[in-house]
Amino acid sequence: MGNMFTALDQIFVNVLHWLVSFVPEPWHPFASALLCISFILMVFPAFFSIITIFERKGIGRIQNRYGPNRVGIPFTKIRLCGFGQFVPDGLKMLTKEDIVPRAADKLVHFLAPVVMLIPVLLAYAVLPFGRKMTMTDYDAGLLFFFAIGGAVELAVFMAGWSSRNKYSLLGAMRAIAQMISYEIPLILSAVTVVMVVGSLKLVDIIAAQNHYAYGIAQWNVFTPWGLLGFMLFFIASLAESNRTPFDLPEAESEIIAGYFTEYSGFKFALFFLGEYLGMFAISGLGITLFLGGWTSPVSFLTWIPSYIWFFTKLITIIFVFIWIRATLPRMRMDQLMNFAWKFMLPLALINILVAGIWHFMAVDWQRWIVCSFLVVFSYVILGRGLMRGQKLGKRNYRYAE
Amino acid sequence: MSPALIITAIVTILAAATVMSLRNLVHCALAMAITFSGIAAIYLQLSAEFVGFAEILVYVGAIAILIVFAILLTRSGESPEKSVLTSGWGAGIVVSVLVFTALGWAVLNSAGLPKAATAAPETTVKNIGEALMGKFILPLEIVGLVLTAAMIGAVIIALKEDPKTDNSGRKS
Repeated sequence: MGNMFTALDQIFVNVLHWLVSFVPEPWHPFASALLCISFILMVFPAFFSIITIFERKGIGRIQNRYGPNRVGIPFTKIRLCGFGQFVPDGLKMLTKEDIVPRAADKLVHFLAPVVMLIPVLLAYAVLPFGRKMTMTDYDAGLLFFFAIGGAVELAVFMAGWSSRNKYSLLGAMRAIAQMISYEIPLILSAVTVVMVVGSLKLVDIIAAQNHYAYGIAQWNVFTPWGLLGFMLFFIASLAESNRTPFDLPEAESEIIAGYFTEYSGFKFALFFLGEYLGMFAISGLGITLFLGGWTSPVSFLTWIPSYIWFFTKLITIIFVFIWIRATLPRMRMDQLMNFAWKFMLPLALINILVAGIWHFMAVDWQRWIVCSFLVVFSYVILGRGLMRGQKLGKRNYRYAE
Repeated sequence: MSPALIITAIVTILAAATVMSLRNLVHCALAMAITFSGIAAIYLQLSAEFVGFAEILVYVGAIAILIVFAILLTRSGESPEKSVLTSGWGAGIVVSVLVFTALGWAVLNSAGLPKAATAAPETTVKNIGEALMGKFILPLEIVGLVLTAAMIGAVIIALKEDPKTDNSGRKS
């Protein structure tokens, strides 16, 4: 029985080894890398297409309408609850005319979507999708992830600048200001995990969370610093992937579509894909750092294959992203910056201190009280500081006489 | 030399040459980002992971963006009409070749250069972190202090001026 579950858990790893064994010995690393890359290129765009339907239907339900529910298998009566919608959507994107503005900088305009997609896909190289399922296990895997993420900003700038459009440039400016501001709390909240685990290697970070007390997993999120860190990481990742309430860079009501206003057809699809793949990657990193990666939350469910746990957690987090998108209105630019610099950054710095105290205090109930108190206290004080001077209350309408 | 190293070196040098020869400054900045990535790739091939990733994080992610913004905010997007080469470019080449030869000769003949290739030291991210937190803690603190001072200075420059004080009360 146990053997069967182990085999099921390692099925992709074994299939990979079996496929690689067909090529001659010196080509093994090359073939293995090629197969891993094609795995990422197949699984995540497919996941993206399913998630777009999931999102449209989810938002539809929250807004009291149906969402797409027609497209199924052609020439039959099977409608699949509308989950076939992504095929015509994709075909539409592929066959649309590619419009390039006459004043645009042609080369940079062409390269921007490509430059956007490359770092996002590279980020998947270090994510552990399951037990022994990591493409490259760098010593500094976490650093690699953040370093690669920084290159996305350049692609956003290229798109906004090369379009020669005010809205594009404004969108790019907003996007870069937002990404740089929220990158700081993002990295600082991840630093706490590195401090406590003592490694930048993502596999080690998961191994440190992969043990159970009273049948419940010891994930980082179940500690005071971990909970705060996860919240900060989650909010910052919302901002990094330009999701509501942080979708100012592509605010339709203000600047059309932000930096990809002048993109159509397949290039637009590439931006869309890059944005969603970035969202999955950063959620995957959040899962790895705080939610135990591919480990099971309770000890009696450890027989479920590791990759199923990873994707279950990923879908849950994406669902929360969609839920927030359908619930919260967009923030204003000054609110966005105040929130990042006056609330999230000090809280992330205090969280580093809390993680240090947690690490050096004896394993006892006292550290729970001290650390929880520090977290709640700083949250309340900083929150009050942020709200001070804000006139909150009933909206004052003014009408023309 | 491995083929990968040769390819990255060629790409890096070509991108660096592009930085100098293009007229549009934004294009130059983007080519510079390619140069930075090429240098990071060379570090990675020498298995200096930390330096390679730091290069991408700092130079491609921050410095390139900073340069691009500085260009955007300080001048219009029009590229200058005149040629990138000045009239004295021939003399410039002669001088640069002479300087390069002199420097190369001095480096190759210096006593500090090890004659035989030494074994590459085992540097991991952990070692670098321990060195920064132990042996080199004072330089690290000083760098932190300098950066904090620079940041406070930047905030003061960017602060909204008090409308009561007029231009005469303004420094710098």
